[in-house]
Amino acid sequence: MQVAVKLFAHFRNNRFKKEVRTIAPGVTVGAIVTELSIAEEEVGVVLINGRHGSLDQALAEGDILSLFPLVGGG
Amino acid sequence: MADRIYRVNMSDLTSTIEDVPEAWAGHGGRGLTSTIVAAEVEPTCHPLGKHNKIVFAPGLLAGTYAANSGRLNVGAKSPLTGGIKESNAGGTAAQFFARLGIKALIVEGKPEKDVLYCINVKKDGVDISEVPELKGKGNFDTINAIMAKQGENTAVISIGPAGEMKMAAANISVKDPEGHIRSAGRGGLGAVMGSKNVKCIAIEADDSSEVQIHDPEAFKAAAKVFAKGLIDHPVSGQGLRTYGTAVVLNIMNEAGGLPTRNFSAGQFEGAEKISGEHMFDVIEERGGKTSHACHKGCVIQCSQHYHDKDKKFLTSGFEYETIWAMGADCEVDNLDQIAEADHLMDDIGIDSIEFPVAVGVAMEGGLLPWGDGPGILKLLKEDVAKGTPLGRLLGSGAAVVGKAYGITRVPVVKNQAMPAYDPRAVKGIGITYATSPMGADHTAGYATATNIMNVGGSIDPLKKEGQVELSRNLQAATAAIDSAGLCLFVAFPALDIPECFGAIVDMLNARFGLSLTGDDVGALGLSILKTERGFNLAAGMTNKDDRLPEFMAEEQLPPHNVLWDFTGEEIDAFWDF
Repeated sequence: MQVAVKLFAHFRNNRFKKEVRTIAPGVTVGAIVTELSIAEEEVGVVLINGRHGSLDQALAEGDILSLFPLVGGG
Repeated sequence: MADRIYRVNMSDLTSTIEDVPEAWAGHGGRGLTSTIVAAEVEPTCHPLGKHNKIVFAPGLLAGTYAANSGRLNVGAKSPLTGGIKESNAGGTAAQFFARLGIKALIVEGKPEKDVLYCINVKKDGVDISEVPELKGKGNFDTINAIMAKQGENTAVISIGPAGEMKMAAANISVKDPEGHIRSAGRGGLGAVMGSKNVKCIAIEADDSSEVQIHDPEAFKAAAKVFAKGLIDHPVSGQGLRTYGTAVVLNIMNEAGGLPTRNFSAGQFEGAEKISGEHMFDVIEERGGKTSHACHKGCVIQCSQHYHDKDKKFLTSGFEYETIWAMGADCEVDNLDQIAEADHLMDDIGIDSIEFPVAVGVAMEGGLLPWGDGPGILKLLKEDVAKGTPLGRLLGSGAAVVGKAYGITRVPVVKNQAMPAYDPRAVKGIGITYATSPMGADHTAGYATATNIMNVGGSIDPLKKEGQVELSRNLQAATAAIDSAGLCLFVAFPALDIPECFGAIVDMLNARFGLSLTGDDVGALGLSILKTERGFNLAAGMTNKDDRLPEFMAEEQLPPHNVLWDFTGEEIDAFWDF
């Protein structure tokens, strides 16, 4: 199945802004993070379709996964 | 030398230097400006009349080597909200005040003569000079004129044409170390300064004296722990320094809480083009500076130098709120146009939240098409700067513009425009907008941190549970941080790193020889909120002013299709303390 992965802030460095990836059913956010060589403790916010998610959450067909380091400001 | 209160009476152009009354001794920054305004300003007075007073105060830690302690707090009765107002900015003024031993400068009265004045604050007192040559001048010309006359190392607080014209969205500018501008933006304080014919305040540098510290060793140790916390936390030590405050634009867009097209949607198609990540790339490509400190001792450095296409300096202090307001809210996806507007708004001296949000409301009324960046620049240059009837209308803020155009979707609380987080999709910030005595103000209790960014814990932004308590705790903590004169961004590490919060308390204790606990600091924050609310109630506001606009309970915000669903009773519970 296909999901879109979006990266933000320094997670983009030497990676990408947005990529559509084919994954097996049951694959978790954590597995994708590991595959991208991002340390789990560096992940500040996980959004799945704009809602807060967690590293152990499995993705579904068509999900948009957005990964952020801790950011703040405003 | 004990700190003193400097008082300037613009009615008879005299000044006095006074001892600090006991009741004010434990206050600084916002706590002090609000205490003085509540004590000395008749709440029902006209904000632009002779009975209003404007108070400038450095924070309790200003002038020390505590990192990020250079915020200047300004307070008065607001011509925008009709309530008490405190707005703060970086720049060099607060540290200069502190080194001169000035705990607060109170400017009161109103001159008979129709001429502009400069208040010159010096080691040996204050003098007031006429500056007719600065009439109608922008903030940059004003700052340059003062530097030419009194030396580059002079701190300057000034107003532009918007303040002279007493627009309700006029701000106050504070010169940064390089002659650029930081702004005490909100609530029309520039109009109050303008109503007293004060074009500028020039503060002499006094490098010969230092602020007194009761226990220098303990202070040094605490300051070290504090600075380490700021550098170690990813938000203050990494994200803000690299991408500026616009680092949060993308996360607000992804979370569906980025107010778009005058608060009619929560996501903007052009978000990427106005994001912090894009800004970083543009700055690198054009040889600007991606990080820059707005005052000496700032280790976060969220400011920047943004260059234009010809690689020439265009603006600095280019903030998320500004970029969002003219960007997503007016649907302009061109960062260069927004940067030019930022420079113009600095020069004219108008709040870069209130003005573009007012334009968004006017766009809804048909003044300009959505996304018309050049049209907005033209409005700034030809209408606001020159004070045409249209310029004065837009300079009166979003609420007035909504009335003029017969619009129901007007995003204000207490007549102050909402900033860059839609309360339907970030419910915690909605409680802050509703209850803050300042009107809709994200800085008053930044619940977005815990709702969206997982800082200080996490609370579901789309649910009501825990939001009132969160907003109350953050508003109290913020009032305390504003009183210390610290940059609000120290809250990110302070919320997550206990030693960093403890170091703030330790620095206050070491500076003044006190033995405050963390609870005492929280209690100070709550008491400041009560003082401010007391002023508003005495000015005629009620709990019914603590409400969000009706449309937010009736128009669903895409993409989550959420409504604002707090009852009045639930909001009023905020004040149960």
